Parts: sequence; structure tokens; C-alpha cells
Amino acid sequence: MAEYQNIFNQVQVRGAEEFGVPVPRGDRERLGKPFFSRWAGMIGNAQIGPFYLGFTGLMAIVCGVVAFEIIGLNMLASVNWDLVQFVRQLFWLALEPPSPEYGLSIPPLAEGGWWLMAGFFLTLSVLLWWVRIYLRARALNMGYHIPWAFAAAIWLFLVLGFIRPVLMGSFSEAVPFGIFPHLDWTAAFSIRYGNLFYNPFHMLSITFLYGSAVLFAMHGATILAVGRYGGEREIEQITDRGTATERAALFWRWTMGFNATMESIHRWAWWFAVLCPITGGIGILLTGTVVDNWYLWGVKHGIAPAYPEVYPPSIDPALGAEVAK
Amino acid sequence: MNTVKKMKTLVVIAFSTVLLQGCFEAPNTESTQTGYRGTGMLSTKNEGTVSALKVKNELPPMAAAIPDNGVGPRARDVFQNVQVLGDLSVAEFTTTMVAITEWVAPEQGCTYCHAGANFAEDDLYTKTVSRRMMQMTRDINANWQSHVGDTGVTCLTCHRGNNVPEYIWFNEDGPETASGMSAKSYQQNHAAMDVGSTSMLSDPFSKYLQEDPAPIRVVAQNALPYKNTPSKSSTQATEDTYSLMIHMSESLGVNCTACHNTRAFTSWEQSPPARMTAWHGLQMVPELNKTYLEPLGSTYPEHRLGALGDAPKVSCATCHQGVNKPFYGESMLDAYPAWKGAKSE
Repeated sequence: MAEYQNIFNQVQVRGAEEFGVPVPRGDRERLGKPFFSRWAGMIGNAQIGPFYLGFTGLMAIVCGVVAFEIIGLNMLASVNWDLVQFVRQLFWLALEPPSPEYGLSIPPLAEGGWWLMAGFFLTLSVLLWWVRIYLRARALNMGYHIPWAFAAAIWLFLVLGFIRPVLMGSFSEAVPFGIFPHLDWTAAFSIRYGNLFYNPFHMLSITFLYGSAVLFAMHGATILAVGRYGGEREIEQITDRGTATERAALFWRWTMGFNATMESIHRWAWWFAVLCPITGGIGILLTGTVVDNWYLWGVKHGIAPAYPEVYPPSIDPALGAEVAK
Repeated sequence: MNTVKKMKTLVVIAFSTVLLQGCFEAPNTESTQTGYRGTGMLSTKNEGTVSALKVKNELPPMAAAIPDNGVGPRARDVFQNVQVLGDLSVAEFTTTMVAITEWVAPEQGCTYCHAGANFAEDDLYTKTVSRRMMQMTRDINANWQSHVGDTGVTCLTCHRGNNVPEYIWFNEDGPETASGMSAKSYQQNHAAMDVGSTSMLSDPFSKYLQEDPAPIRVVAQNALPYKNTPSKSSTQATEDTYSLMIHMSESLGVNCTACHNTRAFTSWEQSPPARMTAWHGLQMVPELNKTYLEPLGSTYPEHRLGALGDAPKVSCATCHQGVNKPFYGESMLDAYPAWKGAKSE
């Protein structure tokens, strides 16, 4: 028996299919006959489709599939076309970037050529998908907040895989395609450059990452909590402030002395989310190009404190060997 | 909430718990603070792992050493063709031989190395190899005290009753991959058991424990990338070092923080003293491989060689076998002083 206590509930009210506004002249029509899914309705809108693909969408998918195939088939080749091992070791497999000796030159296919090609098509796919998002936002006469937020993520992606390697003069500095291998790369990257935790832009990026999670939890919780007063009609409540807004604002003013507004909370969330990859990308870009050892940089600038000695300090034994030689 | 919903919730919770189990170590880990408070310098031990290791690292009962005042006939005077342990008294020589049999060939007995009736003959390859291993053991105890201290090593440290020690390594080509123009794996990106089942270099030994361990160092020594001191090491080279370090950590049953202050891996000033011992170990292992292990390649029969035809070699795991000090630091040298080195004439 369905319960109806709150406007946020699991009751799925179903009407006729919604087709949306007509697409602008010259654009392709939306594809597919819409249908309803009870499962989709539990986490979002029950209506699936129609779907707009368009030229950029189609090309993005084509390029994405090319990249995916290059990566996947090379992974399959790396276990000698053994499907069982492919499934078993999938998380370990990878497509590696070229070795340092190739610098920025184009290596043979087996020694990084495939990696470059996969990277090229993946980048093209992501950029085309960005154009698609931009065009759809324009078609609906929306603001461009979504494409610009996506662009922030693309910035980090490009810094890691292209901009920084080019500045360092070697594609070997880029990330391998693979689940565990890219995590190993991340750890090794931090170690090589003297501990990324002392990189102020890494600090900022983490602040915005965790901050986003906190803001998201606070905002989601607040709106759900005032849902019984119609709090989910956030936009109307900006101009016509009702009791939901009053209570939500009052709650935060009581608990922390300050409250965001129905409008500003979304700017908070957008900027926190967007600044996470923007600052992170800056941090990566400076690593190796401008700063070689973040710990020593931190010592130099007084952000890495010295702790009292617990063990007798050692001296690098290799120095003694050098002197002896 | 009705019963069906409750059941669903329970199933979801049970399923997630099972899934999460795979991600974490078994419970009962104990952390001990080893550095200044709040710096994360901890030693973490898992009770289950430790109790299993304690059993494996118990020394067999040892009798007191046979006193040798240097008088009386030496082994070399009584027996023929005694090239290494000839300086021992006859009694000590015999006890030592019996002990070696227990440690290395408990099932086969003397005939594993000594052919037929004449024990002096060098017919069997095993005898040639064990002679070289004896020289190595004495060399380690006499000249590598910086690593083995006064505790020292004996045959048992590595062999533990096996003809061939459990943890040895060979040069390898890496796992079988397709050839042609498919991308190379560079001996990475497969689950590699020697390096903690990570996806990193599966054979860091050939790179660091065979020739020169110096390229292990990869971290920049300056805050800024100065033009006059270029640091050649790449992120890729760092992964290889990392892979070797994981091997050390796994072989010794310790965390990174046993040797390093992880805020600055390179800083010797902030490193626990164990790092110095480990450094000498990293100098010792390539020397042993170069001097003793590799040259034996021509002595071994084919079935003892690796896939690439090379002799078995030693890594950290060969002696350590899961603990930071083999046999938890208990020395056998008082009971078997023969291994301390050649007695001076």
C-alpha cells in the first residue's frame, strides 16, 4: 500500500509521455519512442527517452568506442588473447604510455603508439561531448553552467594526459589507462615529486572535494527536511519565500549563525565542485615543471613543521660511500 | 516497514559486508606508535599473520657448541678435499655436517651431496653448490655485519629444510603476451605475487638486485627543478622502485614506516634506524648475486635453472620470509660458530 506523507515519496504518478520543446530548426530529431521504467522511477524520472544524439554526440560515441577498443584489445593482447585471464586480471591490466626515451616523439605502436592513439580519440570524444552539451544547453535557452563545469573536469584530464607531459617534454609522464595501474601511477607520482600533500593546490583541491561532499549532504538534507512544507520548490521559494525556506534558513542560522539562500547554495555547490578539478589541475601542472619536491618546497616556505627527534638521526650512508671513493 | 522490506535491507547489508570483506585485512590488527605523536609513524601487525609466522620462525633445539681450543687435528688434516670448513676441529666439523643435512636435505641425507662411498669426491653438482653456499654464509657473517649484525645467518635461514630455499627468483620475460604490434606490458600490469599482487613491475629484482642498486633513488633532492641538477628519474622509474619497496615490505612483514618517515621518504634525518640496516641489505644482495649465485649457473643441471637459463638468485624474501628479523632475531651462531667465518690460523 503506497503511503503519501510527503511530496518526496516513492509513489510514481504516470501521465502521457513528455516530448519536450521542439528541437531548433536544422537539428536532428530526437530518437526512439519513450517508455516508462519503474526502476528508473525509483531514482529519477520514470520516462526513458526520447534521446537526442546529434552529430557531435554520434562522433563522440564513435571516438569513445575507438579509444575503448584500442585500450581493451591491447589489454586482451597483454594476456595473450585469453578471455579468462582478461576477466580475472582486468583490474591489473593497462595500456602504458611510452618510455621516457621517446620524449614527445611518436613511438612505435607497441611502445606507446597505441597509448597516444587511444589518448587522442578519448580526448576527441570528450571534447565532442562537451560541444554537444554546450549545444544542448543553447538549444534549451539555458545558462552554460553545465558545460563550464564539465570543462573544469576536462581541464584536469588534459593537464594529466597532455598539457603537463608536453611541458615536461615527455609523454612518459602521463597516466596509463588501467584501473590499478593508474592508482599505482598516482602513488608513484606523489613519491617522485616529494609528497603531493605539501602541494598547496592539492590541498585546495582536497578542500573543494570534501567540501563538495559536505555541501551536498547539507543541502540535500535541508531540502528533504523541509520537503513537508514544499521546500523542493526551491526556485519559487527564492522569490516567494515560504515557510520551508524560513525554517531551513532559521535552522542554519541557529546552528551556525549564517545561512545560505535558496539561490546562493547552488552557487556554493557549483563553485566547490568546479574548483576541485581546477585547483587540482593547477597543482599537477606545477609538479615537476615548477616544483620538483613538494616536501622540500614546504620546508622552504615554512609549511612543513619539524618534529622532535625520536630516533637518533641517520646520515645518508651513500654519502659516506661517495667520500670513500 | 514490512517484513519483505526488512528482509531486503538485511540481504543488502549482508551482501555489502561480504563485498567489503575482500577490501580489508582480517580483524585483530594492532598498531604500535613508533615515532612522534600525530605523525602516523606506526607499526601495524595482524594477529593472525603473526601467530602463523611465529610457528614458522621457531628455531630447532640446538646443543651447546663443541668447545674448540685450537689444539687437536683440524678437519682438513683428517678428511680429504675439505676446502671451506677445514679450519674446524674434527668434532665440530662432523656436527656441522650433520646440521647441514638437517637444514638442507633432511629427507635425502648425506647422499644428497656426497656420492657413494667416497665422501671426498666432487661428483655431484649439489656438493659444488653447497661449498659455494658455505663460503657465502661465512662471507655474510664476517663482512656484512652492517646488515646481519651479530645474529648472522646459517643455511637454515634460507633453506628451512628445503633443498632449494622457498623464496628465490629468476630473470623473467614477464607473463605471456601477444606479440606483433600489440602494446608491450613492460613486465607490469599483471597481478604479480612477488610485489604484493600489485600491477607494478613484476620483477624488480633483475633491475635492482642483480647489478647496481643505486637507481633505486628516484625522488628529487631539490625543492625546485634547477637546471644544473637535473633529476633524470621519471614517474615510471618511481613505480619500479615502489615495486621493489613493496617486495621488501611484504618480505619483512612491515609497513613503509618501519624504515621511512612517509612525509619525506628520502629524508635520512627523519628515518627510523631500520632504514640503515635495509640500505646495507640492498648493497649486500646484489653483491651476493654477482659473486655467489649467478656464477653457479654453469654448475646447476637444467631443471634448477630459470626459464631464461639463469641460476636461482636471492632477494630480501629468501632470508626474511615474512619477518623483519629471521627467526625473530635469535642467533644460531653461538651453537654453530663454524659459520662466523674462517678461524684464524
